[in-house]
Amino acid sequence: MTATAHVEAPSAVAGPPLVGSPLDGRAPSGPVEQKWERFRRDMLLVSPANKRKFTVIVVGSGLAGASAAATLGQLGYNVHCFCFQDSPRRAHSIAAQGGINAAKNYTGDGDSVFRLFKDTVKGGDFRSRESNVHRLAEISANIIDQCVALGVPFDREYSGYLANRSFGGAQVSRTFYARGQTGQQLLLGCYAALSRQVAAGTVKMHTRMEMLDLVVVKGKARGIITRNLVTGKVERWAGHAVLLCTGGYGPVFYLSTNAAGCNVTATYRAYRRGAYFANPCFTQIHPTCIPVHGDFQSKLTLMSESLRNDGRVWVPKKEGEKRQPNDIPEEDRDYFLERRYPTYGNLAPRDISSRAAKQVCDEGRGVGPMGRGVYLDFRDAIKRLGRSAIESRYGNLFEMYNRITGDDGYAVPMRIYPASHYAMGGLWVDYQLMSNLPGLFVLGEANFSDHGANRLGASALMQGLADGFFVISDCLGNYLASTPLEPVKADAPEFVEAQTETNVRIDKLLSVNGKRTPDSFHRELGQLLWDHCGMSRNARGLARVLERVPELRQEFWENVQVLGHYDEYNIMLERALRVADFMEFADLLAYDALVRDESCGCHFREEHQEDGECRRDDENFCHVAAWEFRGPDERPVLHKEPLAFEAVGLASRSYK
Amino acid sequence: MNFTLYIWRQRNAKSKGKMVRYRATDISPDMSFLEMLDKLNADLAAAGEEPVAFDHDCREGICGTCSLVVNGVAHGPQRATTVCQLHMRHFKEGQEIWIEPFRARAFPIVRDLVVDRSAFDRITQAGGFISANTGPAPDANSLLVPKEEVSTAMSAAACIGCGACVAACPNASAMLFVAAKISHLAHLPQGQPERRRRALSMVRAMDGEGFGNCTNHEECEAVCPKEISVRFIAEMNRDYLRAALTTAEPETAS
Repeated sequence: MTATAHVEAPSAVAGPPLVGSPLDGRAPSGPVEQKWERFRRDMLLVSPANKRKFTVIVVGSGLAGASAAATLGQLGYNVHCFCFQDSPRRAHSIAAQGGINAAKNYTGDGDSVFRLFKDTVKGGDFRSRESNVHRLAEISANIIDQCVALGVPFDREYSGYLANRSFGGAQVSRTFYARGQTGQQLLLGCYAALSRQVAAGTVKMHTRMEMLDLVVVKGKARGIITRNLVTGKVERWAGHAVLLCTGGYGPVFYLSTNAAGCNVTATYRAYRRGAYFANPCFTQIHPTCIPVHGDFQSKLTLMSESLRNDGRVWVPKKEGEKRQPNDIPEEDRDYFLERRYPTYGNLAPRDISSRAAKQVCDEGRGVGPMGRGVYLDFRDAIKRLGRSAIESRYGNLFEMYNRITGDDGYAVPMRIYPASHYAMGGLWVDYQLMSNLPGLFVLGEANFSDHGANRLGASALMQGLADGFFVISDCLGNYLASTPLEPVKADAPEFVEAQTETNVRIDKLLSVNGKRTPDSFHRELGQLLWDHCGMSRNARGLARVLERVPELRQEFWENVQVLGHYDEYNIMLERALRVADFMEFADLLAYDALVRDESCGCHFREEHQEDGECRRDDENFCHVAAWEFRGPDERPVLHKEPLAFEAVGLASRSYK
Repeated sequence: MNFTLYIWRQRNAKSKGKMVRYRATDISPDMSFLEMLDKLNADLAAAGEEPVAFDHDCREGICGTCSLVVNGVAHGPQRATTVCQLHMRHFKEGQEIWIEPFRARAFPIVRDLVVDRSAFDRITQAGGFISANTGPAPDANSLLVPKEEVSTAMSAAACIGCGACVAACPNASAMLFVAAKISHLAHLPQGQPERRRRALSMVRAMDGEGFGNCTNHEECEAVCPKEISVRFIAEMNRDYLRAALTTAEPETAS
């Protein structure tokens, strides 16, 4: 069901999108605040004695994966959980610093489920699905209760009650935290729950195993192909459902705040097998990271957004300022966030803060050796609260800053610059977290559903845990109870075929015998995307990406160097497999950015702006763009899911 | 900057390993230690040699994956720092740097500088959790926890499970790792019901994995990137002793 749409070709290279049948998110009817209750009232259940007859494959062991595997194991399913790290405790959720939002209203400052819902919908610039976001806000409070029960040591007041702080894009204090290591403590809570199920025998954990393909049998997701990273063995795994909890694709830009191992392979391979990829161009660039310093840099380190509670962001008023920051008097400083967004000030949302920082640097007012940086200054906060208060709030972050840059953030302003951080885009899922491929569920950052075109701070942890602890068990049970599933074994032809294809791919990489390392290709790809598809995009630049990526991809397959053998621990091969998928995915990302001919949230098309702010086009783009794979060098088919804003109401998004 | 490196190379768990000499050239003082190894690997690849395998992931000191012994010290010379956050500005031009994996019987080598630390997972599976099911839990504020107690719990919970404590200990003891988990939960009211059973079964699992015993060298605390205090080992010993004297054989955790 495809037909060429009647739109102008966005570029000669890319051509207009082929538009397929529209998608339905399958949210229950009724007012948004009743949908989840209605779903739960009507859902079908799997009886306790039958659960163990179902094998569930969980890929990834971060907040979403570990909480899902633990919960499903506890319910009695036969769970297999896979991660590429050496232990599930090391998934990248561990690096989240600032906190987790919940509509507890413990501070009595006017918070409510509706307000969290509304803030998140607005924060996402009206490109998320209302029903999913409302469910997230409803569940948020249970997450905190669950995590406290698991022993997560959230910070507390002297009274013994839980402490809260503020985060970007909100006017209430609803963020719970554990020093500056909230993600670590939440992940360790999930890891503990998972470990308990491993001991109980309900979950079988497979570490150092990377998913390299999805197996689809008669239209349903029934298993995966993995590579054992230690022995190189390529294996087949069959089950009744597959849960992808494999995180985001931030490292498509090479430099990002993500871990070195984060990759798009699991979701991209599922896309190649027929799962739709939604809004790939929605990539979050986080405003507060330590700036790039050199060519061999492997990662950009995030400084928690919570710093903007007390730090003030500024640049010099005049171009080419030579004075040291502390010598620049007040009247020569431009506190550009406070100036442009007086209501939210330094706590303006991430997309807006990042773009504002880029704009002042583009004007030649950036600071630091490469001119790509802005100051984050604690002078006034130290004067107001004393150094010890700042130390107790952010001590570990100041220490980290000092460690990396050699500078003392207490004495001189920190220098920060935006960096790739999070993927709002991901595999398309319906209200029940199921992709268009029945039996394939996608949780956490790997799906697209809750954050629209921009995620608010402290919401990623919330979503990962909502999906894993509270949403998936009901949705999966409903699927298994309502869907006739034939028995499938891992030696079915579809499995053998997928395994063979994976082996062929591996052999091909090992036989190129080229001269360039996978890493060097990845760097070039990342730079290209950062330059033309990063914080600011235009049709010409995107067309350039769409021209260049296929060339680079061809060069990759003709000149990549992968040393060693397939049947051993081989870091070059591991890397090459991931980079090969980034190379294909980059096309999709840039094409989506080109076709979305509007500005919204993180997606800033220079052609559509008003005073430097996004100009959304609700008439033509108030939809999810979900892409269907047709072939590696062919244009994908666009399926639109129209978005309706009934509870919040479409409005222009202002933080002024 | 330029350095002479001596790096442990070992093809797999079964083969014999040896130290191999390399030159690291054109290193910027702002590079992290792992970026220095990335550069070495790029140079090796250009010469057609296989790269040095080492474990790493977040590169910001929190995932606990990186695990190198640098000049005889787990995670290298800088206090309270994982090797991924160690920068080359802390080394002298032309210096010799010896790089080895974390060594312990319970941490078999996978390849080169990569070791298998799954023993830590198995110890955690023996009881490093609170047996709370997913479901409606009591309101988080129904349980008051003094700020000081939660702060102590957090100081123990900060453990990243890297295993430097084991690598530094002359007995390859894992007691700081195990104590950190036991103390984290022992300082919280939620952790009380299973406190004794947890101490007994985690210590038993630790012994079963072949880790040595603590003889108070305190090398573990000195290398711990999160500065976990050896005081927690004393707390664990107390919990273990009390549990051993007052509890019948622990049942299998469920």
